[in-house]
Amino acid sequence: MIGTALTDLWYGFGVALEPHNIMWCFIGVLVGNMVGVLPGMGPLATISILLPLTFGIKPVGAILMLAGVMYGAQYGGAICSILLNLPCHPPHAVTCLDGFPMTKQGRGGAALGATVFASFVGASWGITEMIFLAPVLVRVAMEFGPAEICSLMLLGLLAGSTLARGSPVKGVAMTVLGLMLGIVGTDIETGAERFTFGMTHLDDGIELIALALGLFGIGEFMNSVNQVSTVNAKYANVTLKDMRPSREEMRRTIAPMFRGTLIGSLCSLIPGTGPTIASFVAYATEKKVSKTPEKFGTGMIEGVVCPEAATHSSIQGDFIPTMSLGIPGDAVMALLLGALMIQGIVPGPQLIKEHPDIFWGLVASFWIGNIMLVILNVPLIGVWVKLLTIPYKYLYPSAMFFCCIGVYAANNDMFQVGETAVIGFLGYVLLRLGFHPAPILLGFVLGPRFEENFRRAMLISRGDIGVFIERPISAVFIGLCVLLIGLQVYVRLRPKKPGDIVIPAAAAE
Amino acid sequence: MILFGLVMSLKGPSYRLGSLMHMGPGFLPTALGVLLICLGIGIAASSLVTADGEEEDILPENREWLAWSCILASPLAFMLFGAYFGMAPGTFACVFVASMGDRDANLKNSLILSALVTVFGVALFSYILQIPMPVLTWRGL
Repeated sequence: MIGTALTDLWYGFGVALEPHNIMWCFIGVLVGNMVGVLPGMGPLATISILLPLTFGIKPVGAILMLAGVMYGAQYGGAICSILLNLPCHPPHAVTCLDGFPMTKQGRGGAALGATVFASFVGASWGITEMIFLAPVLVRVAMEFGPAEICSLMLLGLLAGSTLARGSPVKGVAMTVLGLMLGIVGTDIETGAERFTFGMTHLDDGIELIALALGLFGIGEFMNSVNQVSTVNAKYANVTLKDMRPSREEMRRTIAPMFRGTLIGSLCSLIPGTGPTIASFVAYATEKKVSKTPEKFGTGMIEGVVCPEAATHSSIQGDFIPTMSLGIPGDAVMALLLGALMIQGIVPGPQLIKEHPDIFWGLVASFWIGNIMLVILNVPLIGVWVKLLTIPYKYLYPSAMFFCCIGVYAANNDMFQVGETAVIGFLGYVLLRLGFHPAPILLGFVLGPRFEENFRRAMLISRGDIGVFIERPISAVFIGLCVLLIGLQVYVRLRPKKPGDIVIPAAAAE
Repeated sequence: MILFGLVMSLKGPSYRLGSLMHMGPGFLPTALGVLLICLGIGIAASSLVTADGEEEDILPENREWLAWSCILASPLAFMLFGAYFGMAPGTFACVFVASMGDRDANLKNSLILSALVTVFGVALFSYILQIPMPVLTWRGL
């Protein structure tokens, strides 16, 4: 088994090392690193903006580039939080706690160096995990009928919406909203028009790009316009020489790094617990095992390295269910799946077999991309720091243009630009009401497939809803769903301990 | 906290539309509609329990009416100018309107920025990526 995995991986490197694929991968990580550093631009918005640009290129290049943005942004985000105390992206919020004090003590460079190293280790572990776990999962998933797929999706949706940020009930409500948005358009089986309100433009359904750009582009711009303060780059003078941690710091890094990696990979195996939760758990764990927990928050290198390793390991791990089962764990993964679907590739267990170039190419490109990122980050740290000083007021109007032209270019349809504006407005209103829009995308991407499989399952079982409990695998998934809901209710009703509140509150930032 | 009425008005229409569909394609929408109503009630109920008279505004601390309307107007400007005059004016209008939303935006900076993005954008999308949209056109009013 290991042998076949290695052969496949070898093949993957062959795909990923093709010149144009290397180029797309490089563009992806470069752009990702850039937006990771820039405050007020997240990977979600960036991937949405880049999505229309990928129509012209081959599916492999497209997915390589978009995935590169995703993990590249995590490297950039660490720079931002350590040097400027700005948690641009939620997983890096905890990195600020000890990273910025280190910067104040003049050890910011060392913290960055250790972070880059830890990130690489974490990511490598995540990739290894993907190589060996994904084929196993696929073999199991090949046995699935519509009923199993249906209940698995249900589990994925529930986990994605309840374990993510904010209130679980609101998360579920948003997922349902996403499912409903996925229904808009012509019904696949009967051809009936649904929720089009007589607008022929809506017959093909809501465009994924319009939805993503509206929610994460326009919605986010409205949220952060005039809110992003000018950056205080007082401490941000880092040169290459500063980046080498001292021997003492190196020694203190090793153990937390592996602990973080382990935590991250465990978190990625539970659907719905993304990098944010992984990094918070990692920080808490590190504080607990430390001999000097009271020193955390004053610039402990352990508190920087462990969450970062966890973040990267869980990000790579998140690709496992996405690629092998077609069930995305969070909105970014949903967007990547959407990109595949736009390219005419059906995600699911058959993906690895039918498109081995995509899967193994992607795996191999992770390694290449991560090495590129280390190279990009270590000598060029000064450039990234300079980037931080680009004012938001120049950034968002340019991004607005990319949103507009991107949506237009998807179908050469002006109507969809308007659609995006409307969705953006609604997304902002929802955001203000405390609903997080990410689960909408999750529901939207999975919605049509969920409906299709649900109907198929009903057809096979002649309308007997009991089929979901009678088939053993399906019953296990349904059981897990019930368990998940039960746990959530239990956590809610239990009198809260102070420790519990801190993490979700900080995660919601 | 969430206002009861707002939640219900958001969820209400979805229900009626769902149930009006005939059974075949309308089954799932109806089910989801009912589910959403239940969740809406749940959210509203929990907000009623925890809010306890404390009326929180849904608007953030500083209200950027100008910025918000500028951002929303920007795609509309793109649609309007793009459809009637082509890509370059559309781009210019889009970026210009959006950049005017910033608190310390001034006319000169916005114009420069819009011009730069227009040149860059037209070069990238029209010439490199071959988006079928006329750069400059006149379709009358």
